Amino acid sequence: MKTIIVIPAYNESKSIQQVIRDLQAGGYSDILVVDDGSTDSTYELVNKENVSVVQHAINRGLGGALGTGIKGAVMLGADIVVTFDADGQHAVKDIEPMIAPIRSGAADAVIGSRMLGSKGMPASRILMNRIANIITYLLFGIWVTDSQSGLRAFSGEAASKLRIRTRHMEVSSEIIREIKDQGFRFTEVPIEAIYTEYSLSKGQNFFLGVKTFIKLFLHRLTH
Amino acid sequence: MSLFVFFALSRAYLQFRAHNTSLMAFIFWILLWSSTLVVVYWPHLIDYFSHFLGIQRSIDVLVYFGILFLFYLIFRSYIKLQELEREITELTRNIALSPLKKDK
Repeated sequence: MKTIIVIPAYNESKSIQQVIRDLQAGGYSDILVVDDGSTDSTYELVNKENVSVVQHAINRGLGGALGTGIKGAVMLGADIVVTFDADGQHAVKDIEPMIAPIRSGAADAVIGSRMLGSKGMPASRILMNRIANIITYLLFGIWVTDSQSGLRAFSGEAASKLRIRTRHMEVSSEIIREIKDQGFRFTEVPIEAIYTEYSLSKGQNFFLGVKTFIKLFLHRLTH
Repeated sequence: MSLFVFFALSRAYLQFRAHNTSLMAFIFWILLWSSTLVVVYWPHLIDYFSHFLGIQRSIDVLVYFGILFLFYLIFRSYIKLQELEREITELTRNIALSPLKKDK
């Protein structure tokens, strides 16, 4: 079964090469990096590595990049699509338990939950994550322990059906809504979160979280 | 006031003739401005309407409907903007993915 790792990357020149090398060392050679119109040297650095890379001419946000990566992986004939963050917060060893339920046919979509093990996540992040989960539940009616996780796995069929329309961080909740709407068989797998100072400086902060909520709410109203 | 209305009407007509606006938009502006003119010359006409709605001051009717109309316009442009954003993402995506198509 062909497993393609999709890495959306926006200005990740500090971490992207290490992430790619770790994945390759772990035996994952089919990697598709989506450079989301980075203004630093992300694209050049990725081009030096032995991976596929596509580039957005302009920045479209996490949702835009994930959509491109998943579509690209389907075009490349993936049987399993895994999304993996570029900031180095995921552990390569967590991929195998995530794709196992898909390989065995037990699930169409798997989300790696940082909360099931809840190792290494700072308290402020845990609180914000809880709030995001509650909001996701209220808006979309599905309970997950880590709605904002960046480590996900889909079967090729599920990936080709996935419709991603939002542009930014709200995409994480949108994917969960899609899992529910399309009736994908879904499971959560505990993963480790590696929080470095660098990965903490990226991603969500409180105000971005509020903004994301407002967008999700409007999205719920208009679609 | 009527001078201003005629000015606005002429602008709408010129825009329409230059094919910058659609026929529907042109008709909409003509209706809007001519009804303004009607109200300017026969203000008591609104009284029937406001009486019918149970609003005491006629001017309030204008304000209420004005605000409703503005909200509607904001909502419409929000939807349009979203659509535009989505189309740009789609375009960016297809351009980005086009090299994959050639290889495989």
